[in-house]
Amino acid sequence: MQPRLVEVRQKVLKHNDLLAREMRERFHAAGLYVVSLVSSPGSGKTAFLEKTLSMLRPKVRVAALVGDLATDNDALRLARSMVPVRQITTGTICHLDADMVTKALEGWTLDELELLFIENVGNLVCPSSYDLGENLRAVLMSVTEGEDKPLKYPTIFNTADIAIITKTDLAQAVEFDWDAARRNINAVRPGMEVLAVSSKTGEGMNDWAERVLNARRD
Amino acid sequence: MHELSIALSIVEGVEEELVLRGNASATAVYLRLGPLSGVVRDALLFSYDIACEGTLLAGSKLVIEETRIILFCHKCGEERQAVSLQNLSCAVCDTPGADIRSGSELEVFLLELADATTSC
Repeated sequence: MQPRLVEVRQKVLKHNDLLAREMRERFHAAGLYVVSLVSSPGSGKTAFLEKTLSMLRPKVRVAALVGDLATDNDALRLARSMVPVRQITTGTICHLDADMVTKALEGWTLDELELLFIENVGNLVCPSSYDLGENLRAVLMSVTEGEDKPLKYPTIFNTADIAIITKTDLAQAVEFDWDAARRNINAVRPGMEVLAVSSKTGEGMNDWAERVLNARRD
Repeated sequence: MHELSIALSIVEGVEEELVLRGNASATAVYLRLGPLSGVVRDALLFSYDIACEGTLLAGSKLVIEETRIILFCHKCGEERQAVSLQNLSCAVCDTPGADIRSGSELEVFLLELADATTSC
């Protein structure tokens, strides 16, 4: 039996990439700016998003999708911000993909929204491979996780546009080394924009809100 | 671990190609994999056999060609290899480089088919 070699050029995630591109076009046509949040579990994504939503709600028509393996606890928490929130329960799947986001958006009139946040499943590995059609991807790392997170999970930092250091109110207690953190972020993603926030005290949150509003206008 | 999802996507894509070629069977699939793809080689190899079961790829092997991270170094004025995934600096002059040219590949580039015409 003679094997036959056939040259092909097939991107493995072409189906996801295609769906993400379609969504990005729909978002653009609707004048909707989309921000996704990725981080490890427990880095404070939901608290950060809760604060973000309540700050932005008076200014823009904002909504959120929130991904979790199980439970709708986060969606219930976020609903307290009085914005439209939908839960995506992924079951055993450790990341969101473009198909899940497309389905979760069914029934929403995108034209009526100006800003959408997508909170990914807490995971610093798998979400990096999947484009969700977002305009801005923010990776969160909390001061309690240690300064070397970027070195351990370089790819997620590399696919994100902005790094947000959370829980700054605890920085002193855990002796967080800011220089090391910034150096590590810069090593895996030279020139990456970095913000530092505390969802609890509100420190840095105005800068973040302005950053998103300005990006939406541009 | 999302390598099983990735393996299933590989099988799905290759199977479409095989159907177009008269339901040919694949004996090997060649994949180009970059360090920035976020996919772990060994976990993918482990998942691949499971993903192939009951498809036109059953029994085939996955051959992975790992690529390197290439960035454009503005100091050297040319494309250079990066030091490592943890240090995206030019391997020659150590200048940090944000202008990444390749390293996130996740694509099938070659199929080895069992030739049905000579097998009978």
